[in-house]
Amino acid sequence: MGREQTQSQMSYTVEQLVAVNPYNPDILPDLENYVNEQVSSQTYSLDANLCLLRLYQFEPERMSTQIVARILIKALMAMPAPDFSLCLFLIPERVQMDEQFKTLIVLSHYLETAKFRQFWDEAAKNHHILEVVPGFEQAIQQYAVHVLSLTYQKVPRSVVAEAINIEGVSLDKFIEQHVTNSGWIVEGKGELVSLPKNEFNHPELRRTNGAKSIPLDRIARIFPVLG
Amino acid sequence: MAAGAYDYEDGFQSSNDGAIPYDPLFVPDPVKSFVVHLYRHIREKNVYEIHQMYETSFHTLSDRLFKDTPWPSVEAVAQYVDNDHVFCLLYREMWYRHLYARLSPTLKQRIDSWDNYCSLFQVVLHGVVNMQLPNQWLWDMVDEFVYQYQSFCQYRAKMKSKTEQEIALLRQHDQAWNVYGVLNFLQALMEKSSIIQILEKEKEGLEQFTATDGYDYAGGSNVLKVLGYFSMVGLLRVHCLLGDYQTGLKCLLPIDISQQGVYTSVIGSHITTIYHYGFANLMLRRYVEAIHEFNKILLYIYKTKQYHSKSPQYEQILKKNEQMYALLTICLSLCPQAKLVDETVNSQLREKYGEKMSRMQRYDDESFALYDELFSYACPKFITPSAPSYEEPLVNYNQDAYRLQLKLFLYEVKQQQQLSVVRTFLKVYSTISLEKLARYMDVDEPTLRTILMTYKHKTHSVAADGKTISNADVDFYIDDDLIHVVESKTPKQYGDYFLRQIVKLEALIGDMDRVKLE
Repeated sequence: MGREQTQSQMSYTVEQLVAVNPYNPDILPDLENYVNEQVSSQTYSLDANLCLLRLYQFEPERMSTQIVARILIKALMAMPAPDFSLCLFLIPERVQMDEQFKTLIVLSHYLETAKFRQFWDEAAKNHHILEVVPGFEQAIQQYAVHVLSLTYQKVPRSVVAEAINIEGVSLDKFIEQHVTNSGWIVEGKGELVSLPKNEFNHPELRRTNGAKSIPLDRIARIFPVLG
Repeated sequence: MAAGAYDYEDGFQSSNDGAIPYDPLFVPDPVKSFVVHLYRHIREKNVYEIHQMYETSFHTLSDRLFKDTPWPSVEAVAQYVDNDHVFCLLYREMWYRHLYARLSPTLKQRIDSWDNYCSLFQVVLHGVVNMQLPNQWLWDMVDEFVYQYQSFCQYRAKMKSKTEQEIALLRQHDQAWNVYGVLNFLQALMEKSSIIQILEKEKEGLEQFTATDGYDYAGGSNVLKVLGYFSMVGLLRVHCLLGDYQTGLKCLLPIDISQQGVYTSVIGSHITTIYHYGFANLMLRRYVEAIHEFNKILLYIYKTKQYHSKSPQYEQILKKNEQMYALLTICLSLCPQAKLVDETVNSQLREKYGEKMSRMQRYDDESFALYDELFSYACPKFITPSAPSYEEPLVNYNQDAYRLQLKLFLYEVKQQQQLSVVRTFLKVYSTISLEKLARYMDVDEPTLRTILMTYKHKTHSVAADGKTISNADVDFYIDDDLIHVVESKTPKQYGDYFLRQIVKLEALIGDMDRVKLE
């Protein structure tokens, strides 16, 4: 109980620091600890991590490759958000030549171009880099499901399998869970999965712009005229 | 301010014919007159007069007497203004700005200018300033401050040709133009002025700021408040120079750019704000947002630039205008949404970049060269904030930051290479089987699936609030192995148009009411 309090206290303090006093070299150790805290408690803060990458940019001698690797892995897990690119913008080219980072950049490339099979192959080969961050697999699977949901109304089971890197009985379980929780429907003999309707794979759900209402604060501009 | 005071051409020759070398202690009569009058106007808070002298007289004198020499030194001028400490700081600020614009500052001058900014900002932050200065001047201070920082970083990174003395001086004055110093001053101005709270309170009608253009009609000073306000734009700019687009946009959040505001009261500030806002959104892949804002400002510039043709900012306005057309071209190539662009802007765009844009969408080697060219022309002058290691061999690394941003940008463009091809096919079919499209595109089906998913991912960006928004003009969904194409139609938005016209008409009626008929 006490330890939990300390952890949440720590994240409160760091977020405050980032908001109020971000351009301060003294907060670097706090930000580094916060990265490790994000990893172990499976939380994430882009702002704090960008703040740290900036400080590394200002004082390159203080940069920790290990911490940067963790930040990048966390950023990958935030996909489809472009966080990984945002982090790369702040890391000097010469540092990006590091083998670890080159691997992560390749992994990012595969994810950005939906090459899931190649991604999982490469991820398996580099398990030792990725295993330090718990929740990595699940986060990527979530991203894969997101992309599938944008694209398909009905998707073949094999495509799902390749995207999330699960086969056989485990795949059945995974699909089961999503049937229960996310509105998936198994079609026919199980070769097709119907994904829930959203405005991206079911365009008729997109609000007709003609009927778009005008926000109140815009109407407020003519209140003096009407009044 | 008699016209005669400035008719001084006969007695003073500019130094480019080598007749009279620059003497910092010589104060020509027009300058004497200038500082005396400016000092008086500042003491009497005649903002209009100050603005005239600052905008017009200063530049007229500069053109006539100081084309390529500095103004008289502050030591020489101080006696005419009661040695007023604050006036001297202001004069020095203008002095250095003139130097940077017309000449090349030495390292010593760069360091001295930094010291002057420190003193000036300290005075303002201590709240002892009681002046009202025109927004143009206050904006120029922040703008110049960031510009001189950028210039210093570029200068410092060119280590190859540095002399021993220069290196020694750099090491000795490592606080000058230190990135922490720059950022913390901007942050301090923003915080001490409480500008964020003021803007919040204004929304609830508890404060007046935008309505008075930032000026204080209650007898106080506008300097800290307005400097604090412009510092938000300054922070956006510095963060863009560092490559931190996310944080840059965050710094700008308190300013509502969908409305007029103090940032639009000075054309330079308006353009700088939108330029960096648009650029940051481009790098964040929020293309629709970038297109939207670039379109607005380019239309605005088109309509109003004639009024600025005599102003000292005219050249800058034109330059930024061209750069934003280049950025808009990039955005539209990556996200073809021509309907978002006003017809006037569109025709200008086609004139300047129409041919290039069609070549860019072919995604062959030439198109990458064009993306490179446009990006390099239009991007901010990125900097490396860290000091060089003076031990290592001296190399020029001033291009490093730019090269990194360009490389990452082109990397993104490459990832979107196939999208253009997909779009071409989608425009032609209402439904098409995966197998057929794969054949046309000369790829196998699994590859086609990944290409289609890439299209979806790249055309659906994540907004600031985490929601997915579609940027796609042509969209589709897949039903097992059949692609169904959906063309999104956006009917004209009449609501906004009517609102604008109502407000305009009301203003017009108000103006007419104020006309007194003789």
